[in-house]
Amino acid sequence: MLKFLIEKEFKQLSRDKVIPRLIVMLTLLVMFVFPWAADQEIKNVKLHVVDRDRSSLSERLVQKVVSSGYFRLSGPSASYDGAMPAVERGDADMIMEIPSGFERDLMRGETGRLLLAANAVNGTKGGLATSYMAAIVADYSADLRAENGLPALSSAFKVESSFRFNPRLDYKVFMLPALMVMLMTLLAGFLPALNIVAEKESGTIEQINVTPVPKTLFVLAKLIPYWIIGFVVLSLCIALAALVYGIYPTGSLLTIYLFTTVYIWLVSGMGLVISNYSDTIQQAMFVMFFFIMVFILMSGLFTPVSSMPQWAQAITAINPLKYFMQVMRQVYLKGSGFMELLPQFFALCSFAVVLSVWAVVSYKKSA
Amino acid sequence: MENVHNPVIRAVGLTKRFGDFTAVDHISFEVSAGEIFGFLGANGAGKTTAMRMLCGLSRPTEGEGFVAGYDIVRQSEAVKKNIGYMSQKFSLYEDLKVWENLRLFGGIYGMKEREIKSKTERILHELGLEQERNTPVRSLPLGWKQKLAFSVSIFHDPKVVFLDEPTGGVDPVTRRQFWGMIYEAAGRGITVFVTTHYMDEAEYCDRVSMMVDGRIEALDAPARLRRQFDVDTMDEVFRRLARRATRKGD
Amino acid sequence: MRQFWVFVVKEFYHIVRDRRTMLILLGIPVAQILLFGFAITSEVKDVQVAVYDPSRDAVTRQITEQIAASSYFDVVEMLDDASRINDIFKYGRINLVIVFGENFAENLQHTGEAAVQLIADGTEPNQASLIVNYIEGILASYARSAMPAATAPSFTIQPEVKMLYNPQLQSSYYFVPGIMGLILLQICAMMTSIAIVREKETGTMEVLLVSPMKPIYIILSKSVPYLVLSMVNLATILLLSVFVLHVPVAGSLFTLLLLSLVYIFLSLSLGLFISTMVDTQMAAILVSGMGLMMPTMLLSGLIFPIESMPAVLQWVSAVVPARWYVEAMKKIMVQGVGIEYVLTELGILTGMATVLVVLSLKKFNVRLN
Repeated sequence: MLKFLIEKEFKQLSRDKVIPRLIVMLTLLVMFVFPWAADQEIKNVKLHVVDRDRSSLSERLVQKVVSSGYFRLSGPSASYDGAMPAVERGDADMIMEIPSGFERDLMRGETGRLLLAANAVNGTKGGLATSYMAAIVADYSADLRAENGLPALSSAFKVESSFRFNPRLDYKVFMLPALMVMLMTLLAGFLPALNIVAEKESGTIEQINVTPVPKTLFVLAKLIPYWIIGFVVLSLCIALAALVYGIYPTGSLLTIYLFTTVYIWLVSGMGLVISNYSDTIQQAMFVMFFFIMVFILMSGLFTPVSSMPQWAQAITAINPLKYFMQVMRQVYLKGSGFMELLPQFFALCSFAVVLSVWAVVSYKKSA
Repeated sequence: MENVHNPVIRAVGLTKRFGDFTAVDHISFEVSAGEIFGFLGANGAGKTTAMRMLCGLSRPTEGEGFVAGYDIVRQSEAVKKNIGYMSQKFSLYEDLKVWENLRLFGGIYGMKEREIKSKTERILHELGLEQERNTPVRSLPLGWKQKLAFSVSIFHDPKVVFLDEPTGGVDPVTRRQFWGMIYEAAGRGITVFVTTHYMDEAEYCDRVSMMVDGRIEALDAPARLRRQFDVDTMDEVFRRLARRATRKGD
Repeated sequence: MRQFWVFVVKEFYHIVRDRRTMLILLGIPVAQILLFGFAITSEVKDVQVAVYDPSRDAVTRQITEQIAASSYFDVVEMLDDASRINDIFKYGRINLVIVFGENFAENLQHTGEAAVQLIADGTEPNQASLIVNYIEGILASYARSAMPAATAPSFTIQPEVKMLYNPQLQSSYYFVPGIMGLILLQICAMMTSIAIVREKETGTMEVLLVSPMKPIYIILSKSVPYLVLSMVNLATILLLSVFVLHVPVAGSLFTLLLLSLVYIFLSLSLGLFISTMVDTQMAAILVSGMGLMMPTMLLSGLIFPIESMPAVLQWVSAVVPARWYVEAMKKIMVQGVGIEYVLTELGILTGMATVLVVLSLKKFNVRLN
C-alpha cells in the first residue's frame, strides 16, 4: 500500500509546476545569495577627514588610517560642521577631526587631541569602527615613539588576542551552516504541510479517508519524499559549501546526519500540526509565515541569542531552530562531537516526540 | 445472494448533532444486497451527513449502523475495505494520469500488480478511454471524469458503493450512460447507495427514501410511493413532502 | 461616486469579518515590531568568560574581579588545566578564555614581560571582535591605573569619541525604522494582491466587471481599505516605537508621513501589479513572498548593512523599493535630518510608484480587452 502511495507522491511532485522550482530556487538563494547578503563584516567605513592642522604628522595619520583597509576616504571637509551634512546624507560614516596644533602638541610632549564622530545608527558598526580607529591611532603613537628613539611604551603587560575556529573572522563560515538549517526547515516542514492542506482543499483527502488506508500511512507517504529531498539537498549544500566556499565541517559528517534525522522528523511533525489546524493553503501559509519568521529571528541566525533580553532568551528555549543551528555551527566550526552536543540532542528529541504526539492527536480530532 | 435476510446496510436510529443542530435525526432503514437504493432530499436535508456516517467518515452522535456486516463505529476499518465511495466534490487526482489513478486506488485496496493491470485494461476498454490512458485527469471532460470516478470507486469490487450526487452538472446523455453503469454494477451484486436531487433519477432506483429536515419521511419503491401520494411523478411526491420542511436549503 | 463608496464598504466587510485576516493585518505587525525592537539585537552582553590562571596572585585576581564586575562579562569558570581550553569551546557555552602567564605579578614588577592571552570564540565575527575590544579596554585601564607615573608618556594621542544619534549603541535604533518598510509592504502589497486575486479565483471579479462601474474604480475600491489599514498600522508602529521601544522620532513627523505615504502608495501599486500577473491566490502568495518579502528582508538594509555586500548585490538592492524607504526612515527617525537630505530617496520612490501604476493599469486594461 505504502509503495503505491509513495509512487503517487513522487509522480505528483515531479509534475508540480511550483514546488520543484521552489526547492531549487530556495537552495540557490540560501547557498549563493544569503551568505553574501548576510555579511555583517564592517569594512569600507566611509571616513570624512577634517584636517585643521595640515601638518606632516596629521597627514601621516590620515595615510595610516587609509592604508589599514578598514576605511575609505569619502572626502575632506574644511570644518566639522562642513562635514556633518555628508553624514546626514549618508555619504560619510565617520568624521575624524584633527584640531590645529596637533603636531605642535605632540612635539612638545603634550597629549595630541583628536575627535572621532561616528554615525551610530548601526550601533555595531559605529562601535567597531571607532575601536578599529582607536587601535590604529595607538599604533601610530607607538610608531612615533620608535622613530624618536623612545623606548616602547612599557604598557604594563602584553595582551595577545586570537580568535579560535574562525581566525579570519569570516561571516560566511558563520552563516552557511545555520542557513542550511533554515533551508531544512522550509523543505521538510513547510512544503509537506502545504501539500497535505492542498489535498484537504481539493477534497481528494476525503476519497482516501473512505479507503482502508490508515491515516498514519497516508501521512507517512506524504512525508517520505520530503525527507528524501531534505537529505539530498543537505548533502548538496555540504558539497557546495566545500567546493564553492571551501568550508568543511571540522566535526564528523555522521553527527550532522544524525542530528538532521532528528530535526527533519521534528519539523515534519511541526508542519503536520500546522496542517491539521488549517483548512486552506492560505491559512497554512500565513500561520507558517508567522511562525517561521519568529523562529528564525529568535534562533540566533542573524543576531546572537545571548544579546536578547532575558524574557526573549527564555522564549528561545522552545525554539527548535536554535538548537539545531547551534549543533550545525559547532560541528562545522568547532568540531564538536556527539557527547558535547548531548543537551541539544535531548532538546531536539523531546521536541520531536512532543510534536509527533501533538500531530497524531490533532489529526484524529480533525477527522 | 447468500444472506437475503441479512441486509448489507442497516441503520438503527442513526443521529448526528452539530451543537444544537440535529443534522440527521434518528433514521432507520435497511438495504439488501444488489439493491439500488436512492437517498433523496433537498439540499441541507442531511443526506450527505448520513452517508458520511455510513462510510465511517463521521461518528454518529446516537444510534448504530452496520455496513457489509460491520459496525460503522467499532469496525470502521473493516467497513472501509468493503465499500467504494464517490463524493460530490470530484475527487480523483487531477494531476495524475488516467491509468495512474486506477493503479493508485487498486494498490490502496491491496490488489496485486497483475490484477491491477488486467482490470485497468478492461475498464479503459469499457469506458472507451484507451486513447486517453496517458491523459492527466485534469484535461478530461467532466462527464468522463465522473464515469472514471465511478469506475475507480468500484475498481476493487466492493460490497457497497456510496455515490454522493454522482451526476451533478453533467448533461442528460451522460447521465443516462452513468445510470447504465450503475445498473451494470448492481447486476454484478454490488449494492448501490445513491443520493441525488434529480427526481427523474429516483425512478431508476429499486427503492427510495425521502429525507426532510434530517428525518426519513417516506421509504418505498418509486411506484408505490407515487400510488401512496396519489400523484404521477416522483417530483410531486417530493414536493408534497418538502412542503412540510421547516429547514431552509442552502 | 456613490457606487465607489459602496464598493469600498464591501471591501471593509470582507476584511473585518474574517478574523484571521484581521489578525494578520493588525496583530502580526505588532508582533514584528516588538520582536525587532526587543529581541533582535546584537549588543554585547552576558559574555561567558573562563579564566585560566596558573599564577593566582593578587594582580591576576584583581584583573579577574574587574572583568567580572563589568556588566558585559560573567566569569563562569576557573580552569585548572590548560588542556581544557580547547575542549571547553566545543560545548558552545564559553565565549572567551583569558589565559594569564605564569608568575604574573612577579613578571609585571621585574621583567615587564607579564602576558595575557585572550582566546575568543571567533564563530560569530563581530561579537568576537567587540568582546576582545572590550576586554582589551578593561586591561588597558587596569594597566594605566597600575602604572606608577600619572603623567602621560610622550606622543600619546587621545581620541575623543562621539557616537552620533545613538550614543548608547542600541540595536533598536537600527532595526525599528527598517521593520516599517517590511510591515507596510506586507500589508499593502501582499494582502492587496491576494484580495484582488481571490476575486478573480472565485469568479466574483467577472461579476464586478460587468457592473456599470469603471474597472479602475473597482481596483481602487479594493485598495482603499488597505490604505486605511496601513495608516492605522503606521500610527501603531510609531506609537509603539516611541513609547514602548523608546526609539524617538528625531526629525519632522511631516516628512516621515510624506515619505511613508509615498511608500504605501508604491506598495499598493506593487500589489496591484502582482495581481495583474497571477491568477491564483497561491501564486500571489508565492510571488509576493519570494519576489517581495525575501528581497526586502535580505537586501533592504533592514537587517544587513548594504555597504557590506558585494557590488552585484548592492546593484540589485537598488531596485528593492524598501531599501530607499528604510534608508530615508533611518535618516529622518534617528538622525533627525530635514527633508532636503532624503530628496533622492523620495524621488526614487515616487518614480517607482509612477512606473508601477502606469504599468499595472496598462496590463489591467489589456486583460480586459
